[in-house]
Amino acid sequence: MSVKVYVPREATARSLGADAVARSIAEEVARRGAAVEVVRNGSRGMFWLEPLVEVETGSGRFGYGQVQVRDVPELFASGFLRGETHRLSQGPVASIDYLKRQERLTCPRLGVVDPTSLQDYVAHGGGAGLRRALSLPPAEIVRQVTDSGLRGRGGAAFPTGIKWQTALQAPGERKYIVCNADEGDSGTFADRLLIEGDPFCLIEGMTIAGLAIGATRGYIYLRCEYPNAFDILNAAVAQAYQGGYLGADVLGSGRTFELEVRLGAGAYICGEETSLLESLEGKRGQVRFRPPLPAIEGLFKCPTIINNVITFASVPIILERGAAFYRDYGAGRSRGTLTIQLAGNVAHGGLIERAFGMSLRELLDDYGGGTFSGRPIRAVQVGGPLGAYWPPSKFDTPLDYETFAAAGGMIGHGGVVVFDDTVDMAAQARYAMEFCAIESCGKCTPCRIGSTRGVEVIDRLIGASPVPDGYSGADSQEVLLRELCDTMQYGSLCALGGLIPLPVLSALDHFSEDFHQSNRHRVSRS
Amino acid sequence: MTDSRKRVPIPIKVAPAGDLPPDQRGVVLDSVQKHRSLEGALLPILHAIQERLGWIPTAAVPLIAFELNISRAEVHGVLTFYHYFRQRPPGTHTIYMCRAEACQALGAHGLEAHAQQVLGTKFHERSADGRISLEPVYCLGNCAMGPSLLIDRQLYSRVTAERFDEIVAALSGETAAERSTASAVGAR
Repeated sequence: MSVKVYVPREATARSLGADAVARSIAEEVARRGAAVEVVRNGSRGMFWLEPLVEVETGSGRFGYGQVQVRDVPELFASGFLRGETHRLSQGPVASIDYLKRQERLTCPRLGVVDPTSLQDYVAHGGGAGLRRALSLPPAEIVRQVTDSGLRGRGGAAFPTGIKWQTALQAPGERKYIVCNADEGDSGTFADRLLIEGDPFCLIEGMTIAGLAIGATRGYIYLRCEYPNAFDILNAAVAQAYQGGYLGADVLGSGRTFELEVRLGAGAYICGEETSLLESLEGKRGQVRFRPPLPAIEGLFKCPTIINNVITFASVPIILERGAAFYRDYGAGRSRGTLTIQLAGNVAHGGLIERAFGMSLRELLDDYGGGTFSGRPIRAVQVGGPLGAYWPPSKFDTPLDYETFAAAGGMIGHGGVVVFDDTVDMAAQARYAMEFCAIESCGKCTPCRIGSTRGVEVIDRLIGASPVPDGYSGADSQEVLLRELCDTMQYGSLCALGGLIPLPVLSALDHFSEDFHQSNRHRVSRS
Repeated sequence: MTDSRKRVPIPIKVAPAGDLPPDQRGVVLDSVQKHRSLEGALLPILHAIQERLGWIPTAAVPLIAFELNISRAEVHGVLTFYHYFRQRPPGTHTIYMCRAEACQALGAHGLEAHAQQVLGTKFHERSADGRISLEPVYCLGNCAMGPSLLIDRQLYSRVTAERFDEIVAALSGETAAERSTASAVGAR
């Protein structure tokens, strides 16, 4: 029997040389005539160890971190095919602290399986949720999802079961399942990792959704910034068709579910669900007024379930293990697990799937390993570009939807971006407004115009541009900025304009010293 | 009842986008043909055109509109809404540079300035020699290993100013032999 060696084909690992390492291992294998199969798996989500090469031995999988081509001959010489120790050794991968302290309910196969092998997926427990769903009436599938307490992981945290129930009850011959894989928030990559590591899990979750509401067609709207994920996802969809998981007769049940991958085109706003639907229809990605809800009138005016990648990927295990199993994890009204993405200036960035309720400090201390630059942490932004900046004094806030919102922030898609003490928080606030101006769909005035005015007011506030006659100095500019944020928050049509005040005002409230003109000369960007 | 109305042929010959060069016309028609039966076909069509031509000529707009039986305004509206679609030919290589927060936390701001200076260009434009286009992008999903670039579908991590210069040199063919190893420089 041949030994299996795993080298990730995930984008970050590839950017650090995984392809060359995989080639080099294959060449060395050929030279030595060894019986070795090189498998391209997904990433485990421990980026600082990439390329993380794993070897399957009788006593589990052994990891070797940060492997480069020049290390390959040495690895062979030191007996890595038997899992023997080398200076790059990480020991048994499952025992690495970072992984051991996680609760991978949604991502148990991440980095374990070959993402383009349906056989591998099934061998690792995939497909069980779908088989169970096929034996249940639609209302019962929906009830399982409702009872599990699962809420939308894209950011809005809307109860998934209620959305599905609405779509189930909505009259209509034709219904759609749409996956929002337009993961545009900076600091987030869970959708990408799942698609590049375990795409069949997403396909299975969407198929279950199709069975639940009687939809026979689904779309995955993937951002075009993820070419590697696009290739892997298309390969997986093709395999799923071949293996009978998709198509006119899903697993011999006589039920139909067709699935197609569509590419976005670099518009952040298309991560907003109604804007995404417009884009899928071939139009400008402009936000729609609600009501009607997409569950009642969504894609092509048909009842549509639109959920994030992680939401759909959480469904198979709920069906397989039952609603109670999933609901037992979590805190308060946030049930199950959160896929946290630790990013930015951090030594040990990556994916951390844990039950809701862990504090920011626990996350940063137990997983982060300090900043990449080695300097102290000054701020973290949670929830992407629309999320609040947090000072260390608030790091004890637990990560659950309600507590986090009550403390003045939002969890969003679970991205946590770390900044060290060189960060200029006034510049971050200005960037938030600038980003909103670039990415606004233009439909509502507070967002379209407010964002541009926001950049100008911040420039005047920090003394980067002159204050016009008749206005008296910095105080008045701060009042103006707060009023503008109020207008944007309550007057915008969607979350882009509505939440941009969050990073702006949290920066102003917690890091006001960076906005004082007398301090500006000390603040410098690296 | 139709007999009572005389059919009058309208003496207008519709030939949209007559000024589109034949090779581009072929690509546009082929892309339309391949995808027109899809639901919401316009984005897949525009993607197909840009994938083959590298850009979407403004002169193609009337042809796409005619083929899909929608207005030119609709095609123009979609084409100009999405940042990814270009209406000018790009350089041989396009560097997508992440400007978003996670990369900012690792010095993306400085890298932006460096890149613009080295290439002698601003964002959305081509380098002085016309070979390299520089485009801003808001997140490549490589947020723990920034600053990040995406070039020719290949992601680059931990891009410092020095590393950027190496990458550009490799793209420019000055050190073609090094190109294959350029992506292998890790975080160490």
